[in-house]
Amino acid sequence: MNQPTANPPRTAAADADRAVPPARMASRGVTDDQTASATPVAHTAPPTGEEHPRTAPLAIHDMTVAYDRKPVLWDVDLNVPEGQLVAIVGPNGAGKSTLIKAALNLMPMVSGQVLIYGKPYRKQRHLVGYVPQRETVDWDFPVSALDVVAMGRYGRIGWFRPVTRKHRRAALDALERVEMAQYAHRQISQLSGGQQQRVFLARALAQDAKLYFMDEPFASVDAATERAIVRVLHELKDAGRTVIVVHHDLQTVTEYFDYLILLNMRVVTHGPVDDVFTQENLRMTYGGRLTLLSEAAQLFTQQSRSPRVD
Amino acid sequence: MNWLISDTWTIVIGSLCAVACALPGALLVLRRMSMMGDAISHTVLPGLAIAFLLTHSRAPLAMFIGAAVIGVATAFFIQGVQKLGKTESGASMGIVFTTLFAVGLVLMRQAVDHVDIDPDCVLYGAIETAGTTWQYITLLGVTAPRAVFVNGGAMVVNLVLIALLYKEFKISAFDPALATTLGISATLMHYLLMTMTAATAVAAFESVGSILVIAMFIVPPATAYLLTDRLAVMMVLSAVFGVLAAVFGHVAAIIVPPWFGFEGTSTAGMMAVVAGLLFALVWLASPRYGVLARMYHRLVMSMHVLCEDVMGLLYRLEELTDTQPATMPVADMTQALVARAWLVRRALGSLGRQRMIRRGDLGYVLTDAGRDQARQLVRSHRLWESYLAHYLRLPADHLHDPANRLEHAHELADKVDVALGRPETDPQGKTIPSRDNQ
Repeated sequence: MNQPTANPPRTAAADADRAVPPARMASRGVTDDQTASATPVAHTAPPTGEEHPRTAPLAIHDMTVAYDRKPVLWDVDLNVPEGQLVAIVGPNGAGKSTLIKAALNLMPMVSGQVLIYGKPYRKQRHLVGYVPQRETVDWDFPVSALDVVAMGRYGRIGWFRPVTRKHRRAALDALERVEMAQYAHRQISQLSGGQQQRVFLARALAQDAKLYFMDEPFASVDAATERAIVRVLHELKDAGRTVIVVHHDLQTVTEYFDYLILLNMRVVTHGPVDDVFTQENLRMTYGGRLTLLSEAAQLFTQQSRSPRVD
Repeated sequence: MNWLISDTWTIVIGSLCAVACALPGALLVLRRMSMMGDAISHTVLPGLAIAFLLTHSRAPLAMFIGAAVIGVATAFFIQGVQKLGKTESGASMGIVFTTLFAVGLVLMRQAVDHVDIDPDCVLYGAIETAGTTWQYITLLGVTAPRAVFVNGGAMVVNLVLIALLYKEFKISAFDPALATTLGISATLMHYLLMTMTAATAVAAFESVGSILVIAMFIVPPATAYLLTDRLAVMMVLSAVFGVLAAVFGHVAAIIVPPWFGFEGTSTAGMMAVVAGLLFALVWLASPRYGVLARMYHRLVMSMHVLCEDVMGLLYRLEELTDTQPATMPVADMTQALVARAWLVRRALGSLGRQRMIRRGDLGYVLTDAGRDQARQLVRSHRLWESYLAHYLRLPADHLHDPANRLEHAHELADKVDVALGRPETDPQGKTIPSRDNQ
């Protein structure tokens, strides 16, 4: 399904050719002319520069993100529809986690704008829940599962105030929803990997958000945890919440999700799973690793480090 | 031993300092930034020197502010060097704090020409003399050594900050990304912790010196971490260990050196030594993660396994010789089990007390109860062998050892039995005993 092709697809190469030079990139504001940005070439992709409806849970406008001046995401432009389970799919290094982190204001953007229900993130924190990758925290930290889940309530509790019984109750309810209530008082290192992931999920539930970002929740979990996650995803959907999940397993995309964003350094295409999940689009996402874009990025890094020799 | 009022004050000062350091120290240890405390307490020195050179006075407040500012700047620089210079955190700490410390020494030379700042005092502090009468000041109607107010103040400020911001500190130490998305800026909390660390180090520095400050930041929290898996408990225990180190450190500084024919020694040094000894003691004796506890559990476990092996051996002997009860001399048994003789004797004693075996003519024989249990064991062993042969396709000569380990999981034997479709013989053709005696 994702056999790498020897040559990058023609369309992707064309895309790269139109990439913005770095000098312009830094100075590019939000109001810049849209025609300069790379136009998605896949069949179902809406044209760039579309209207960003104020009600969209997540509207990303022309986002470019760089690590160390090396661009990892180019001109991402998309709206996520409300009340859907959305998968972000793409090869390693495609910038899936980066997209989430930049949307959550955890890393700076070179250019672009992110709106959560029509407003900047810092005004909408209370509407957003986040499940980071499991490996990003120290599981030897001296806290219980319940303590970790209660952290989901901290935003609601507010500065300087202690965690009250009401919030602990809410945390315990969240643990019950992922069938982990009996482990509430375990120290978190004594849980299995799947159980730890469920604790993270419970913490997100305790946040009681309208829009969720989950970074690889299905990565190396047992079957019971996978079922628990899927069940929770459906509960969230039934309650009208929007969930954006970084996903790596192509086998389950159509089964678990409604909406698909194919990402490889830029949005290859996005839309309802049934329309977007095609051989053609997957080949464009996974095929050839977009060598020209990578080479361009490599070139900028070198230029920024050493003086030009030619 | 001649106990003076100043000795009591020394202990009070040491304890206040210990508690003040333990609170931010616990967070430093958990965030794997222990050496940040080290770095910051070293850069107190250039802070003091710069403050002196700027203000030309030794006014305590100027000194305090100078040192605290440089302490926080150290944290900034370390972050900066790490990011811009692409060095790992340990290396960037090494670069920043040695440079700043050396600058401090150079500046200090300049300052020393004008005033008396004693370099010894910088390292070891002057906690012994901090309690003498000429150091007394009166504040809010209380007369006590100045160091008591300084360290007590640091302790109170730290206690209040940690109490108010407990959950904020907790989440930004555990999951900075989530903290930041919730609006609790992990960066802000990081620099608040750095400021606390710097201020505490400055407060403690004068009385206890930089070595003890580092010890108090790291050792008591590391000791407490061995004993608990709750953050609040860890902080309380850190404070307790800090106070214990202060009390026993000073007492030891007075009474231990005369044993070896010396006169007293540095109290601050001794407090750090006691803190280290407490860590060693807890590491050995902690009930859950302690070395002794683990050794004990391993011994209990291996004794349990050995007891089962003895019964299994006697059961197989009965099968082989077709006699009931069969017996075997203890020496042969030891050889057959490849175990130490004294362990086998203990296992036999234990089985005898449980009435699983009794003395026979030559050695020991199984009782009826023992035979029942041994049958379960042999059944488990042969079922596991069949399981390994069937599912893992292990060759016959690879079956015995893993099965020997797995057989002690008898609870699973029935499940294995079902999974294999209730076989009657194992891969070697030996009969698998039935669950109940027939």
